[in-house]
Amino acid sequence: MAALTEEQSMIRDQAKSWITEQAPVQKFREMRDSGVPARFTPETWSAMIEMGWTGIIVPEQYGGSGLGYLTFGVVLEEVGRQLTASPLFASALVGASAILLGGNESQKQSWLPRIVDGSEILTLAVDEGPRHAPSKVALTAEKTESGFRLSGDKTFVPEGMTATTLVVAARTSGEGEQGITLFIVATDAAGVSRKQVNTVDSRGYANVHFDGVEVNQDAILGDLDNGYDLLDAILDRARAGLAAEMLGTAAQAFDMTLEYLKTRKQFGQVIGSFQALGHRAAGLFGQLELSRSCVEAALQAIDAEAENIPEMTSLSKAKVGDFLHEMSNQLIQIHGGLGMTDEFDAGFYLKRARVLEAAFGNQSFHKNRYAVLKGF
Amino acid sequence: MADINLEDFRAETRSWLKENFPASIVGSAMGLGGEAEESTKADFETWRLRLADKGWGAPTWPTEYGGAGVGHPEARIISQEMGKLGAFNPIPILAGMGVTMVGPTILEYGTDQQKEKHLPGIASGEIRWCLGLSEPNAGSDLASLSMKAQDDGDFFTLNGQKTWTSGADISQWCGAVVRTDPSAKKRNGISFVMLPMDQEGVTTRPIRLISGASPFCETFFDDARADKADLLGPLNEGWSVVKRLLQHERQSQTQARGPGGGSKKPSLPELAKSYIGTDENGVLADADLRVRLINHLMDSEAHSLTVNRITAEAKGKVEVSASASILKNSATNIAQAKAELTMELMGSQGVGWEGDNYNQEELDNVREWLWGKAVSIYGGSFEIQNNIISKNILGLPETTQKG
Repeated sequence: MAALTEEQSMIRDQAKSWITEQAPVQKFREMRDSGVPARFTPETWSAMIEMGWTGIIVPEQYGGSGLGYLTFGVVLEEVGRQLTASPLFASALVGASAILLGGNESQKQSWLPRIVDGSEILTLAVDEGPRHAPSKVALTAEKTESGFRLSGDKTFVPEGMTATTLVVAARTSGEGEQGITLFIVATDAAGVSRKQVNTVDSRGYANVHFDGVEVNQDAILGDLDNGYDLLDAILDRARAGLAAEMLGTAAQAFDMTLEYLKTRKQFGQVIGSFQALGHRAAGLFGQLELSRSCVEAALQAIDAEAENIPEMTSLSKAKVGDFLHEMSNQLIQIHGGLGMTDEFDAGFYLKRARVLEAAFGNQSFHKNRYAVLKGF
Repeated sequence: MADINLEDFRAETRSWLKENFPASIVGSAMGLGGEAEESTKADFETWRLRLADKGWGAPTWPTEYGGAGVGHPEARIISQEMGKLGAFNPIPILAGMGVTMVGPTILEYGTDQQKEKHLPGIASGEIRWCLGLSEPNAGSDLASLSMKAQDDGDFFTLNGQKTWTSGADISQWCGAVVRTDPSAKKRNGISFVMLPMDQEGVTTRPIRLISGASPFCETFFDDARADKADLLGPLNEGWSVVKRLLQHERQSQTQARGPGGGSKKPSLPELAKSYIGTDENGVLADADLRVRLINHLMDSEAHSLTVNRITAEAKGKVEVSASASILKNSATNIAQAKAELTMELMGSQGVGWEGDNYNQEELDNVREWLWGKAVSIYGGSFEIQNNIISKNILGLPETTQKG
């Protein structure tokens, strides 16, 4: 863990103890088995709001605590460890980042306090096809007399079914990175229809259809036609935050595996005494340490408003993505038959891992982006 | 407040360096290998003496033993400011294993007399040290060493052979692990002695490596002598001294140094583009190599970030930590991958041994590539580091010790 401030350490300890007591992976199992349509437990979400987690990156003047992204990452790591389901990431990190980065003063005053108090759940609707490709936005926003008319489809929208409001990337002109505009659209607006998608991790995602949805001029977030840089900046916050959650998921998978290596006996000895497994664990631990450094560095770059945020977030998402991929496979492999049973939790981590990897750009997306940023 | 004091220290360091570092040898740390021109030799010597006088050859050591008595943050500043001016600290190289390994161990285990006798010569770069650790039949399993030390009153009589002794042929002193009690169990009965190399019973023979270089020797001890006063740590309890020494060694090997790491040389992506070319979008025209190059650069950046993070978490204290094994293996992977990738991107120009068909960079990389195979073997092999991680950090049961 980075050299945390006293406040950050306190928040981490609070998050760790609350999550392990009140929202452990057993709660996730109960939520999954209950089939609740929201894909999270309302009490869990209320408690998070109560504890102030929805305001971590929101400045005090808008009702938050303004503690920054590294602090949010510290909480998300604990969330990732127990697979705690809630709209915390989608709304309080991605939604709030969108308003913070792109909102004018009146939009900030209007949205941020409601994100913090939980009366609004904001989420970002960016992808349209199976692969993350933010510059290939095809959903159109046509100019009308009073504003714009949105037509098209969004896929894989996090917490898309429970969100009250969407930040939608739309094409107002041009092609590629040119001519993209972000709009704030209520999910109950006429012409918006949503369909739950059932992902392998049992979490809340939706596909959203826009059938001539009318919005007025005030719905624009940031600049008309020049929204790509803003979109990319929002996405980088999302990627860095997601990487922190992924680190937690991978770290928990590592801890579960290490515990099993120390307790499971075969051939009259604990299996961790076999050098093949000891060396595998050593290699995984090294990757965990390297991943942690990348995750923290990306969040610190965002807090410092450094110039290398895009490189650092792509490094972070790709490195932790590779590690989580391997770690989640080893979690199953080393647990053997036990790992294959639904009764044991390992499967939850494997399933969640692949969804997290795919979200906001998988490893190959970020490796390519990193190379392009480095000029090759 | 501390930060302000450090900034003051930085300013003082800069002005002292500007005043004292001879302009004639800027950026020529490589001249240390003896390739310096006659005209600059005197300036090298002047610089060494000034550094030694300032205590900056080993700045964190106490002043009474030739150091400057500063903390690790200050030492980092000295090294950073030297880098900015093209200055360098030749003393750790001139002292062989003295500054990085022997000195810190003497500081920890030595008597006051031993510290006074040995440390100043190391800190000034006058005395070069080698280490007698590995033997032909004691490599990764170092504790099975068999070189004998017989108690002969005021001194030990040494008989046996060491191997992979770096710089033994040019060192004045040697620290050696020897067996002082053959009847004790493996790790007991070992002692750490120090002895001068210039004596009749010591002979060295350089070992020629696959890279063509001979940085290591075989060292033979035939009734050689080590004074009892130069026994480091308690008799028969040398294993704990060695373990500490090896921790210092790992710590000194945690930086990823690949071939062509100098700032004047093109970056690996630039080099790749110049040999391979790009498509119309400026993307490297070898998709497979590009991905492996990206993975390498990401590993390398993750490694540097981890070194920084561990330093920050230690709050300025650079201590020998358990993480050294992780960092050593990570540094090894990166350095070896870099040499392999460089060779591969150079294609048939990357496999030259000598001759004018190849440029210097191409030839250097081949030697670096060959030499780099040693990195995962020396200082505790890649596999030994994994044993250390799994046992000491992860708490998995010991499996390698039998008896």
